[in-house]
Amino acid sequence: MSLAEWTSRYMVALSRHDLSLVLMLVLGWLVLGAAGLIRPHRVGFVAHVLFPLGALAAVGVAFLGAIALLAGHSPQILLLPLGLPNLPFHARLDTLSAFFLLLLGLAGAGISTFAAGYFRSGQGTAPGLLCLQYHVFLASMALVILADDAYFFMVVWETMALSSYFLVTSQHRIPEIRRAGFLYLLMAHIGALCILLSFGVLQGGRWQFTFDAMRGASLTPFWASAAFLLALIGFGAKAGLVPLHVWLPEAHPAAPSPVSALMSGLMLKTAVYGMLRITFDLLHIRYWWWGVLVLGVGLFSALFGAIFAAVQTDMKRLLAYSSIENIGIIFTGIGLAILFAACGLPLFAALALTAALIHSLNHALFKSLLFLATGSVLHATNQRSLGKLGGLIRRMPWVAALALIGTLAIAGLPPLNGFVSEWLLLQSFLFTPQIPHAFLNMLIPLGAALLALTVALAAYVMVKFYGVIFLGQHREPSLVHAHDADWLERIGLAWLALGCIAIGVMPQLALRAAGAVTGTLLGQTVNLSSPFWWIAPIASKQASYSGLILLAGIVGVVGITFVMVRVLAHGRIRRTASWDCGYPWQTSRMQDTAEGFGQPIRHMFGPFFRMERKLPAPTDTAPHYQVHIEDRLWRVLYLPIARGVQRLADWIGLLQGGRLSIYLLYSFLTLIALLVFVL
Amino acid sequence: MSTLTIVRQFGEVLLAIAIAPLFAGWIAQCRAWLQNRSAPPLTQPYRMLRKLFHKDVALATDASPLFRMTPYILFGTMVLAAAIIPSVATDLPFARVADAIALIGLFATARVFLSLAAMDIGTAFGSMGARRDMMIGFLAEPALLMVLFNAFLLSGSTALPSVVEASTAHPFLIDPSLVFAAVAFLMVLLAENARIPIDNPATHLELTMIHEAMVLEFSARHLALVEWSSDLKLFNYACIGFALFLPWGIATHGADGGLTLGVAVIALLAKLIVAGAALALIESLSAKLRIFRAPEYLAMAFLLAVLGLLVHLLLGA
Repeated sequence: MSLAEWTSRYMVALSRHDLSLVLMLVLGWLVLGAAGLIRPHRVGFVAHVLFPLGALAAVGVAFLGAIALLAGHSPQILLLPLGLPNLPFHARLDTLSAFFLLLLGLAGAGISTFAAGYFRSGQGTAPGLLCLQYHVFLASMALVILADDAYFFMVVWETMALSSYFLVTSQHRIPEIRRAGFLYLLMAHIGALCILLSFGVLQGGRWQFTFDAMRGASLTPFWASAAFLLALIGFGAKAGLVPLHVWLPEAHPAAPSPVSALMSGLMLKTAVYGMLRITFDLLHIRYWWWGVLVLGVGLFSALFGAIFAAVQTDMKRLLAYSSIENIGIIFTGIGLAILFAACGLPLFAALALTAALIHSLNHALFKSLLFLATGSVLHATNQRSLGKLGGLIRRMPWVAALALIGTLAIAGLPPLNGFVSEWLLLQSFLFTPQIPHAFLNMLIPLGAALLALTVALAAYVMVKFYGVIFLGQHREPSLVHAHDADWLERIGLAWLALGCIAIGVMPQLALRAAGAVTGTLLGQTVNLSSPFWWIAPIASKQASYSGLILLAGIVGVVGITFVMVRVLAHGRIRRTASWDCGYPWQTSRMQDTAEGFGQPIRHMFGPFFRMERKLPAPTDTAPHYQVHIEDRLWRVLYLPIARGVQRLADWIGLLQGGRLSIYLLYSFLTLIALLVFVL
Repeated sequence: MSTLTIVRQFGEVLLAIAIAPLFAGWIAQCRAWLQNRSAPPLTQPYRMLRKLFHKDVALATDASPLFRMTPYILFGTMVLAAAIIPSVATDLPFARVADAIALIGLFATARVFLSLAAMDIGTAFGSMGARRDMMIGFLAEPALLMVLFNAFLLSGSTALPSVVEASTAHPFLIDPSLVFAAVAFLMVLLAENARIPIDNPATHLELTMIHEAMVLEFSARHLALVEWSSDLKLFNYACIGFALFLPWGIATHGADGGLTLGVAVIALLAKLIVAGAALALIESLSAKLRIFRAPEYLAMAFLLAVLGLLVHLLLGA
């Protein structure tokens, strides 16, 4: 038996038991988490045994997800002996779940490896408990993706929210972190409530809460739209779509870096998954205006996130806003896909959905990478503020090199992965003039321009992020003592960076994975017949791209140029002080600060911000400059709601007189009312 | 893939590398004439490069490997872009590697690397230049994308060879939307290549420089490569413009014998001579804008491109 034959037979055997194997790995995560409680304060055991094992399980999940995508067979269903009597939990593995399992496993493996090196300090939650929360979080995300009935879905969805809440508040002695955690919990529950209501509408009066029953339910246009809107609000709150994003820039920076990576890279994607599941699978896409709505919200979120990211001065907040931007890009793709599908253009819908799916995968990889890199920087320097970093490329060459890959990838530059999905999305925008609505087909191309603006702004943001942290002079003298990441952290970072490169140079692999999903959801795939280093989603004559040849070309030309310069000229070098137009005095304070780098954005997009500035007077002997930037939505939307709730509570509070006789009167009146009602 | 196509590909790339400094020299010469100055010889850029290649590099003590790699990466991306753009012939092995949108991405890669290198030394000018250049970049990209949208609507493709072939198939069909798009493209070209009215390549005035501020710390062979790649970038942009709006003369698929190739090279040179003179004229007639007028300028380019789009959709529908 040849090797290829043996592998294929082995694959088939594996793919038959895919779902049960994945569930076993998920169970493995839970066991690992529980094992952390045996010796909760022994860092070595938790860090060097449990987390690496968790990373291995994640690799397994990714592998099984990939096999399920490759096999592309009909969905597997399992009834779990859990849950309420007569209401067993249903689990199901189809291509959509498999794609997100692949995403979860790939990024999760890198994050867990990194976490093995990261969790070592004793402050806050004990490492063992952290390990439990971490693995419960991972497992619940996997189960969200596998759930096949509304009960199971809501149970694991809530588990996910709660476990991540505890992780966010692991440094619970700091008041800001408690506040961020509370805001997160509140928004998570508003979202969960909307999702619950959406499921309530989706069951269509038959009181059956399996997804299978919902697929068959016939809803009137009004109720279908109601279910869609509730799902959009619910999953939008989890994903961080504007205006439901306020928790995100608070909660992500508050959490320890591996947890920020999990939340930003993976948890936001469960919301994308939920949106796709409900819209494409349970509701079978109906109306074009759903697409326009999602597209509009997505584009606005993308631009909003990019603009706010550009003015941040805290490195983790900057990345959190950049997550809002990327989620916006993903939802832009989803919106276009809904629009195209509802207008009867399934090929273009498949293209847009492919772009959204690949961007989800990409974002999971590069955003995790960058959050983890900030974790290493934080460990090495104890600084989160960009204004106190700088020049770390000379102290932390490993982290700097790997973070550079993440930076270039998230900035959407060829030949890395971020470019692939953004290119696909721009390609699908090109076909919007074919939409049979007179105004839409003129208006939506402008969305492409907005997307291009966002992508280019993201490049601006990432130059700021990388340049201020890693390049230039140290802004604080203490940074000379910064040390590089340890080897487990490096492996974790390198794994994610490798993923970014692999998808960038072999985009066809990601295209095929996404193609399996669009095949089931839309019955159509983009052109998948190109070789693995080449993509031509519609036709080769229309547009094509090859990351591998691009990379090989650049490397080739660079190599030839390098040799030619050495041969024809020379390689002499002289180290001197920098030139800087001949200025003799230079201090690290003369470089652009984070505020300085964001200044053009503050200038141009002023109406977006609420700015408070303190400028020094010309006569000030110790001048002090301060600028504070706030989200306008916070005052326009959230504070009035909070005040309204407060006022309502005050009114209701009037009922509570605090005297026993009044309460007895209430009971008496209620009794009378009930008697009247019954008789 | 025959040997002939490979020879043609290499020939095109070598031609681009060779004449890009000449093109820059030609613009400088025309500018000097228009401004009543005596012009430097056409070969001045080559002499400059030779001089720089023979000097010793004076490298700042704090420079990281990123800084030293950047000139090579810039040159690499620009040469690769020259291989992809159909400046002489459309049937090239590299032509399908990236469509026009991916080409913009490739240019963005170069820009990001240069900006990062500028921030690497940690001088005030470097980070100022990086910030300004990235700003011009994100303002220019939407306009450029709308220009490409126009081209796509006319030819059904964003791959430059297909665009060229579609428009040479109907040589005398001029769509009104192309006029708007061409003006928008020209404005973006000036902004992206650090020319007046956005930036002045001949200045070292602290407050106004953008591109020059970024390359201040480069010296000798590094500076030579950076300069050469900016020349190549200008050449590449010009060739993208020719492919989109003036494709006449480019040897198309199936019609690329020796004679047509000769004609194509002569046509390219003629177009470059005219374009260089026109650029010099524009630069001599306009004044440099303040940096915060740049958004208005590029918004204008964007609006023109959108007008082109609307004209096409309204008239074509």
